[in-house]
Formats: sequence, C-alpha cells, structure tokens
Amino acid sequence: MKSAAILFAIFAFCSVAQPQQIVVGSKKFTESYVLGEIAKTALQNAGFTVDHKQGMGGTIILWQALRGDEIALYPEYTGTITEEILKTKQPLSTDGMRALLRQEGVGMTGELGFNNTYALVMRRDRAAKLGIRKISDLRNHPEMHNVRGIDHALGYAAIATGSIDVKDAYSTDAKIAENNLIVLDDDLNYFPQYKAVFLYRLDMDSRAVAALEKLVGTLDETRMRRLNSEAERTKDYALAAALYFGQKPVSPSNDLIGKIGRWTLRHLELVGASLFLGIIVGIPLGIRASRPGPVGNFILATSGVIQTIPSLALLALLVPLPFFGISPVTAIFALFLYSLLPIVRNTATGLQDIPTAVRESAAALGLEPPAQLWKVFLPLASRTILAGVKTSAIIDVGTATLAALIGVGGLGEPIISGLNLNDYSTILEGAIPAALLALLVQFFFDGLDRVFVPKGLRLKQ
Amino acid sequence: MIELESVSKKFGATIALHQTDLCIDAGRTTVLIGPSGCGKSTILRLIIGLLEPTTGTIRIEGQRVSASSVLALRRRIGYVIQEGGLFAHLTAAQNVLLMAKHLNQPARQMQTRLCELCELTHFPENALTRYPVELSGGQRQRVSLMRALMLQPKVLLLDEPLGALDPMVRARLQDELKEIFQRLQQTIVLVTHDMAEAGFFANLIVLLNEGRVVQSGTLDDLRSRPASTFVSDFLHAQRGLAAI
Repeated sequence: MKSAAILFAIFAFCSVAQPQQIVVGSKKFTESYVLGEIAKTALQNAGFTVDHKQGMGGTIILWQALRGDEIALYPEYTGTITEEILKTKQPLSTDGMRALLRQEGVGMTGELGFNNTYALVMRRDRAAKLGIRKISDLRNHPEMHNVRGIDHALGYAAIATGSIDVKDAYSTDAKIAENNLIVLDDDLNYFPQYKAVFLYRLDMDSRAVAALEKLVGTLDETRMRRLNSEAERTKDYALAAALYFGQKPVSPSNDLIGKIGRWTLRHLELVGASLFLGIIVGIPLGIRASRPGPVGNFILATSGVIQTIPSLALLALLVPLPFFGISPVTAIFALFLYSLLPIVRNTATGLQDIPTAVRESAAALGLEPPAQLWKVFLPLASRTILAGVKTSAIIDVGTATLAALIGVGGLGEPIISGLNLNDYSTILEGAIPAALLALLVQFFFDGLDRVFVPKGLRLKQ
Repeated sequence: MIELESVSKKFGATIALHQTDLCIDAGRTTVLIGPSGCGKSTILRLIIGLLEPTTGTIRIEGQRVSASSVLALRRRIGYVIQEGGLFAHLTAAQNVLLMAKHLNQPARQMQTRLCELCELTHFPENALTRYPVELSGGQRQRVSLMRALMLQPKVLLLDEPLGALDPMVRARLQDELKEIFQRLQQTIVLVTHDMAEAGFFANLIVLLNEGRVVQSGTLDDLRSRPASTFVSDFLHAQRGLAAI
C-alpha cells in the first residue's frame, strides 16, 4: 500500500510537471503495442505531447491505470469490456456499453474496424478444393470432425504440412498471412465479437478525442494482420504505426550478426541475472545444508526436486502467478531455480569434505565460527563451489533458450521459431551461438579458477 | 593450572571417559598415554573445548571452560595435531599469522614473532612462502607448532604431533621438541601411544585405559611400582624401553 501511495505521489507530481502530456497505455501483446503506437502518432499529429507506456500488463492493470489517471487511454476489445470489465452476462449494445463506462468516468471511441476474435482457419488450397468458405460449410464434411489438441504455434506447422485441416486462430494473427491461410466466415455467430476500440478518460482534451475518432473504421482485419505481421517481423511497433499512416516502412534489417548479437545479449542477461541470484541464494543454502540434520536434508531434497520439474511445466506454473506473467522476471526466476541444485550441492559437499583435523584446527585457534567459515572453510571449498557455479552456468545457457517460449527472447527465439516453421537454418541461428556461448562460459570459469581458487589448492603435490 | 573435576564424556551409549579428576601442573610437561581409544585424545579435546563434557567441569587457570569463555581460552592455548591440520590455501607464513592478523596485531610485532618462531623451530625462513603441499611432513609439523605458539599461549596441547613422521625425522624432531619445551618452560600436555616418547618428554606420565586413569607418575614410578598388571603389560609391550 505504501509503495502504491508513493507511486501515486510520484505520478501526481509528474502529471503536474507536464500538464500537456497524454499517456497512452498498451497491453502486453503485439497488436496492443501497434494500436498504442497508432494512437500516439495520431495524437502527435494533432499537436499533443504523447508518452506510450508499452506492454503494461493485462486488462485489469490497464483498466486500473486508466481509472487511476496513470494513463489517459488504451486500446481495448468490446468482448473484453463486456466480459472482464463490466462483467455482464448478456450481450450489450454499443450504447449500453458507453452508458455503463460513463459511470466509471471512461469514454469509448467507435470501432476501429477489425474484429480480433477467435476464428477457424484453413489452408487456402485445401479450402478451395473442398469448397469451404464459411464455418457452416464444415457441417458438410463429417470426415473433419476428428478433433486433436495441439500447441497453438505448432498447429500452424501441422496445418502447413496437411496433418490437420482446420485450426483455431485469432482473426488478426500475423501467422494467417504468413502461412497463406484463409479465415472461415463466422456465419453462425459462434465466436463473440472482439471489436477494437480505444478507452479514454472523459476528462481528456476533446481535441484528443476527436483525433482518436478519426481512426474509427480505418483498420480492417487484413490491414491489422499486415501491421501485426510487420511489427512481429521487425520488432518495431513504431514502424508498423508509420506503415498505417502511409509512411514508407524502412526495409527490415536483415542484419544477421546484429540479430544474433541482440539475442546473445539478452541470453547473457537472463543467464547472468539468474546465476547471480543462484549464487547469492545457493551458497548460503549450501552452507546451511553442509551441517547434518533435517534442515540440511530438506534443502538438498527440495533443490533436487526443483531440478526434476520439466522447464516447460515450471514456466507454465509461474506465468499465471501475480508478479511473474510473461516477463523476463519469470524466465530469470525459473533459471534461478534450476541453477540452485549444483551450487547448493557443491557448496555443501565442498564444506563437508574438509577433513575433521582441519575443521578442529580452525576452531582450536580461537576463530569465531563466522571467521572460520570466511577465512578457512569457504576458501578450502572454493574449487568445489566454483565447479558448482560453472555447472549451473552451463545448464543455464542451455535452459535459457526456453525463455523464448514465454516471449522473453534470447537465443531460444530463433530456435523456437525455427522449430515452429520447420526451418533448420533459423534453428541453427540460435543453436550454434548457444553452443558457442556454453563453451565460452566454460572457458570463462576455467579462467575464474585462477582468481577465486587459492594458489595453494591448485598446486600438485 | 588445568583441573578436571568429575569430568566424563559419553558419545551416545559409548563412554569415552569415565568420571575423572586430573590436575595438570603449570610449567611442566604432562604426557597422556595409553592404547587406542583409552580417552587420551578426548581429554585434550575437552580441554580446548572441541568437546563438551557430559559431566563435570574443566578449569584453566581457575577459569571454567564454557561456551562463553572458550574463544578467549583457545587463544591462550596452542594446539598441534598429528597431521598438522594446516590450511592448504594459505602459505606457511599465512598459516602461522592467521590468528594474529585476525586480531589485528601490528605488522612489525607479527614479523618479529615469526622470525623468533622460525629460529625456535628450525624452520627455514625462505620456506615461509611455500604452501603446505610444497612442504615435507617434518616441515609441516614445524609450521603447525609455530602456528600454535604464535600468540604466546600459556598452555601447549600436542596430540601425537610426531605420529605421522618416519622414524629418522621423528627422532630428530623429538630432540628438537624437547629442547623447545625446555626453552619455553610452559605447561605442556602431550598425547602419545609410545612409552619411550612419553618417558623422553614427561615430567609426569598419566596412563589411561578404557576411559580411566590407571596410574600417574614418572616412568620410574610406573616401572617399579605398577598399579596393576595392565601397567606392567603396557610397559612390556613397548620394545626397547629398557634402553631409556
């Protein structure tokens, strides 16, 4: 509560300091980023100073930020407004929605055009051959009524190879255009409507509202899909917005070295942060675990059990938790958990392996227990501890590729997308640097041996 | 100097030391001797507080050994064990100076003391920068002794200090050690299982068996007036003793 109050105070200060500024928010996915950028450009063109807070989180966070005056507007979908914000069971008319939102001090623009709902997609050639255009047409093909569950991204590969005929999708998914698929018309009104709109504070400048209203009806599904696909390909949302406003997109950078550099940097960030946490948490735990007793056994058993959780499952468990979600924090935390076992176990073993005679000599000198640990035991165990850190680092380099599963990037990004696209050269763009990185990490730690392991322990008898 | 009053030590159901009263005089060399497992090392470890007595109290210069006093007491006691117990990550000099540095002694004072100790223990000063793995067994024991003596302790405890050395080195070190003891005029408690070594060093021999003191006295006392058949058997088992 306190920190919330401080944040609020800081924010209040900022808004006093810059009265002209309009803050746009967006949710944590490509389309929301792009719409946020489009709104930003539209408002800038109308003469406002605009700040775009990209990817703030999910619906609840954005809605609260809007009501708390942290942001002035953000893109939202009609389906989400009725189901998650207003929480009404029965369908609402646009006017009904407006009236309810007005009570909250929030206004809603007209629909931008496209409907980002769920959709069923098919390969264009397959659909043409079977004469399917609408969802109702599927009734005539009982041979397609065999339903299999498949990962969303892998499903695109499956549909491309003909393993499956129809799959679900989001109607503005960039993959639809990439894979030459068609969206079946929802003539049965099976899926609810998710029309994009902007929600804005009613106290926002009316000229700003007017600028937003100009965007109404200008974005159909095909256009939105193209912008999304451009944004995903280039990772440049401003560029996608520029495309919308008819400015020529800069040709996408095909700079492989640059891309690998960025992936590697992100990869190192993930590994570095998680390993740092692993060290500062793992070594104290290892010290505690080196003493006999139930606590030590519990620490070793727990860090062992963590290691057996498949990384995909661990990520899936962490993502829904508050504070985690789809963010580098989640990936770093998961990697940190995996890095614990080697560090904890090696620290404990290294300390336990110190001969009794040496332990007792340290005590008999009259050193206090913490001094015994710092001046004698930890240096003596340093080689084993460092070996544990090295093992963790190498495991981390490998496991960090999975961070791409939750969209955090790193060298896993080309590996995962390569796997999804069945494109080996893309896979290798990630796999080769990852392998080299593992080797480098190994050399780096071999070098660290000379720094951290006292010379007396490195000498041969 | 060192008093044990009704001290006993149990490890689970095993009795390592039965109730024992023992008084170790200041300025003399007392040797604890007996077969393996007789409790001689246990007494040494009780004195320096590595073990807590099951019953009874131990006093050093009138001060009771307890959790609160043990750190200060240990700094007034030197302790040398069979394998030396040197810290492999530190050079000979660093091993010797570790505790003095921890106590922030002035560098000049430490250096002077280090030179004195090298001279006393016949340790070559140019070997001070070597690590334990680079030293011979005899040199390691000299470093261990220097480390024990660094803070000028009132009491020196030695647990089979020469046990791991080969006979030639051992004989030479025995001579040197005796000379050192005579120069120090300190309270010394030495544990050994070798009666010849005990006779060589001791002002007083304390013979233990199965956790009890069997007899204490000089070697002559033990030889001429054995308190039990165990005493004469133990003496007879040690060949070559007649020569002393």
